[in-house]
Amino acid sequence: MTSAFTEGPRPKLQAKGLTVRYGRKTAVDDVSLDLGDRQVTALIGPSGCGKSTFLRALNRMNDLIPGATHEGAVLLDGQNIFERELDPVDLRRRVGMVFQRSNPFPKSIYENVAYGLRVGGVRDRAVLDRQVERSLTAAALWDEVRDRLDESALALSGGQQQRLCIARALAVEPEVLLMDEPASALDPIATAKIEELVHELKTRYTIVIVTHNMQQAARVSDVTAFFYMGELVEIGPTERMFTAPRERRTEDYVTGKFG
Amino acid sequence: MKRSRRVRDHLLVGLTAMAVVVILGMLALILFDVVRGGLGRLSWRFLTAAPEQGMTEGGIFPAIYGTAIMTLLMTVAVMPVGVTTAVYLHEYAPPGSKLAALVRIAVNNLAGVPSIVFGLFGLGFLVQFVGGGMDRLFNGGELRWGQPALIWASLTLAVLTLPVVIVSTEEALRAVPKDHRMASLALGATKSQTLWRVVLPGALPGILTGAVLAVSRGAGEVAPILFTGAAYYLPDLPHGLSGQFMHLGYHIYVLATQSPDVDATLPLLYSTVLVLLMLTFTLNLTAVAIRARTRRRAGAAAH
Amino acid sequence: MVSYTGLSPAVTITVEPARARKRQRREKLVSALVTLVGLSGIAAVVLIFVFVGKEALPLFTDAATHAEAGLDKMFWPQIVRAGKPAVFMWQPVSTVPKISMVPLFLGTLKITAVAMLLAVPFGVAAAVWVSEFAPRRLQEIIKPVIELLAGIPSVVLGFFALVVLATTLQDTLGFTYRLNAFLAGVGLALAITPVIFTVTEDALAAVPRSYREGSLALGATRLETALRVVLPAAAPGVLAAVVLGLGRAIGETMIVLMASGNAALVSPGIGDSARSLSATIAAEMGEVVVGSTHYRLLFFIGVELFLVTFVLNSVASAWVRRLMRRVSGAGVPQ
Repeated sequence: MTSAFTEGPRPKLQAKGLTVRYGRKTAVDDVSLDLGDRQVTALIGPSGCGKSTFLRALNRMNDLIPGATHEGAVLLDGQNIFERELDPVDLRRRVGMVFQRSNPFPKSIYENVAYGLRVGGVRDRAVLDRQVERSLTAAALWDEVRDRLDESALALSGGQQQRLCIARALAVEPEVLLMDEPASALDPIATAKIEELVHELKTRYTIVIVTHNMQQAARVSDVTAFFYMGELVEIGPTERMFTAPRERRTEDYVTGKFG
Repeated sequence: MKRSRRVRDHLLVGLTAMAVVVILGMLALILFDVVRGGLGRLSWRFLTAAPEQGMTEGGIFPAIYGTAIMTLLMTVAVMPVGVTTAVYLHEYAPPGSKLAALVRIAVNNLAGVPSIVFGLFGLGFLVQFVGGGMDRLFNGGELRWGQPALIWASLTLAVLTLPVVIVSTEEALRAVPKDHRMASLALGATKSQTLWRVVLPGALPGILTGAVLAVSRGAGEVAPILFTGAAYYLPDLPHGLSGQFMHLGYHIYVLATQSPDVDATLPLLYSTVLVLLMLTFTLNLTAVAIRARTRRRAGAAAH
Repeated sequence: MVSYTGLSPAVTITVEPARARKRQRREKLVSALVTLVGLSGIAAVVLIFVFVGKEALPLFTDAATHAEAGLDKMFWPQIVRAGKPAVFMWQPVSTVPKISMVPLFLGTLKITAVAMLLAVPFGVAAAVWVSEFAPRRLQEIIKPVIELLAGIPSVVLGFFALVVLATTLQDTLGFTYRLNAFLAGVGLALAITPVIFTVTEDALAAVPRSYREGSLALGATRLETALRVVLPAAAPGVLAAVVLGLGRAIGETMIVLMASGNAALVSPGIGDSARSLSATIAAEMGEVVVGSTHYRLLFFIGVELFLVTFVLNSVASAWVRRLMRRVSGAGVPQ
C-alpha cells in the first residue's frame, strides 16, 4: 500500500517504493513519501512498525546489518542513494544521524565534535576550532562547555551528551539530520531543550525525527507520517494528522486506542 | 529434613570446601618455600651481577637480560599478528564465514599443542629451514643462522603465545560498544578509520592484557627454547640476533638437574626461582588488574 | 539560549568521485591485508605439522632408515639378547639401538594417570564449591588466586617437585627411587588442577540460574541441586575440562623431565622411575646427530604428541559447543 504526499516546499529526500527486509521478515513495505526541504517530518507508530528501519535506510545504515536487503529507491536531491556511483561514506556526510542513546566517544568534548571533520580530511587547526565552536553553539551547548573542551565527553550529563552528539553530527555540515528517538532516554527538562533545538535547526536542515511520543511529534514537527506494520498508513501536515486524520488506523493510534 | 540427610549434606559440602583448601594450601606451600629459600640471596647485586664461581656466587643478571631481550623480540613479533588476526575474526570476517571458522579451529588447536612440539617446530622450521636457507643464500653456506639463536627462540615463543594475544584482543574488541562503531560510520568514517580511531583505542586495555600475559608465558616456558637458543653459561651478553642467550627458566632447569654440587648451588637456584616467580606473578596480577578495571568501565558505560 | 543564525557552510568536505574511488580502493586493500594476516593461525598449525612431520618422514619413506626403525621395531617386542625373550626397550644410544616406544607410552600413561586421579577430583570438587556454595566475595578472591597457581611456570613446579616434594614423599611413602612416576604425577597435578578448575567453574557458571531455582523450589538442598541438576547440566563442559587437562598432562614436559627419574622402564609400579614421550624429546634432542635415525625418531614422537593433543582438543571443543547449545537453548521457556 502506498501513500504519497506532495505539497509545499520541494522534497529534499524522496522514498520511492522502498522495501526493507531482514532475511524473510519485511520491516518496511513498499513505502513512498517525500521529505520536504527544511521541514521537520515526524515518523510515528507503535514499536516494531518499521519507522526506525525506514530512518536507517535514509543514510544506508541498514547496509551494516547482515542479511538486510532492500528494493526501491531513495532520492537525495534527485539522485538515488543506492546507486553504485555514490559512496555510502559520502552519503553519510550529507545525511547525519543522532541515535536514541547518546554515544559520545571516550574522547574529549573537542575531539568528539571534531571527529567527523578529521576523518573527512580536515587538518587545519583553525578550521577545526571554528567549526567546533559553531557546532556546539548550534547545539546550544557552547556556553556550558567552552571552558572544558579538553575534558572527557563522558563527564557530561545525559542531556548534555545528547546535545554533544547533535553538535558532532552538525560539525560536518550535513544537509539532512536524522534523529532516532533523540530524547527518549532524557528527563523532561533535557527533552524540552532538545525540542527547542530542533525548532532552531530546521531553518537550516531537513530533519526527520522518529518518536513514539505523540505530544512531542505534535510540538515539534511540520509533517507527520504514521507507520503501522511496515506500511505507511498516512502522511500529512501535523495539525491535520492529529485533529482530523483521514485513515481510521491513524485516528485509533493518535487517540491512544492502541500503541 | 531428616538429620542423617543434613549430616551427609554438610559432610559432602565440607569435602568440596576441603578441595579448595588443599589447592590453596599447595600454592601457599610453594610460595612459602620459595620465599624462604630464596630471600636470603636476593639483593640488588644478585640482580645486576653475573654468576661467579661455578654458579655458587654472584648474580643472574645475564639470565634476566636474556629473558628480557627474548620476550621483547617475541612481543614485537606476536602483537601485530595476533591483534590483526583478532581484528579479522571480529571486525572483518562475514558472519558464517567458513574461513573464519577454520581460523578459530586452528587457533584453538594451536593453544593445545605441547610446548616441546613448538621446540621441534623451532628446530625443524626456523633453525634448519629458514636459518639454514639464510646461510646458504647470504653466507655462502657458512654456519651463522642455521643454529640455535636468540631470534629463533623468540619467534618460536611468538607462535606459542599467538593464541593468548588473539583471545585477549577479541575479548577487548567485544567490549567496545557497537554504538560507537555506528556513530563513527554515521559521521562518514570508513571502516578502517573507525577501527583505527575508535575501536582499537577503546580496546587498548585488553590488548595490553594480552601482551602482558604473553610476556608472562614467554618468561616461563622452557621446553620450546631448550634447543632453539637457550644456553647455560655464556661469558658475554648476547650482542646479535644470531647468538645464544641465558634465560631464567632454562637456568633453573639446568641448575636443578645438572649441577655438579647441588648443595653449593642451591641458594642461587632458590633465588633464581624467586625472581622468576615474582616476575610472572607481577605480570599476571597486572593483567588481572587491567581486566578488572576494563570490566568496571564497560559496565558503567553501558547505560 | 543563544540562537544560531545561519551562515553559508564554513567547511566543505569535498565529494569527488575520484576521491571516493581512491578511498574505496584503500578500504579493499586494508580488508585484504587484514584477512591475509588473519590466516596466520592456520599457517602456523600447518607449518608445525608439516615441518615436524618432514623430519620424521624418512622413517617411512627411506628404505635404509625404515629398516633401522620401522613401526614394527617401535611397537612390537624385539629380541635384544640372543637366547632371552623379546622385550620392549628404549635405548637408542647403544651398539644395537633399541627403539621401542612402548616404555615411553607406558611411562606417559602412568604419570598422566596419577596426575588425573589427583587433579580431576580436586579440580572439579573445588569448582563445585566455588560455584555453588561460596559467597560472592570469596568467589572473586579465590578464582584469581587459583589463576595465580595456573601462572606458575612449569619449570618452577618441576623444581618444587624435585627439591621439596621428592624427599618428603620418599620419606612418608617409602619409595625406592627418589624420582619416580608418582612424584612426577603429583607435580603434574599441580599444573593441571587449575586448568580443570577454571574450565569446570566456567561450565557451572554457564548453567542458567533458573535450573537451580527450580530445584530449590522443589525442596532440594543446595548440595542435591548441585549434584543432581547443575553438574549434569554442565556435564559436557566438565568433560571438556577433563579432556583439556588430559591434553595438558600428556604434553607437559618440564615437570616430568625434572621429577620422573627419566628411566625408560616397562613396569607396573608407580614408585619406579619412568620416562614420558615429551621428556624423551627434551632429554635426548640435545645430543642427537641431526639427520640420524634417532633424530628422526624424536621428531616422530613429536608427531605422535601433536596428533594426540589435536584429537583431544577437538573433542573438548565439540563438547564445549554442545554445552553452550544445551544451556542457551533450554533457557527459553517451553
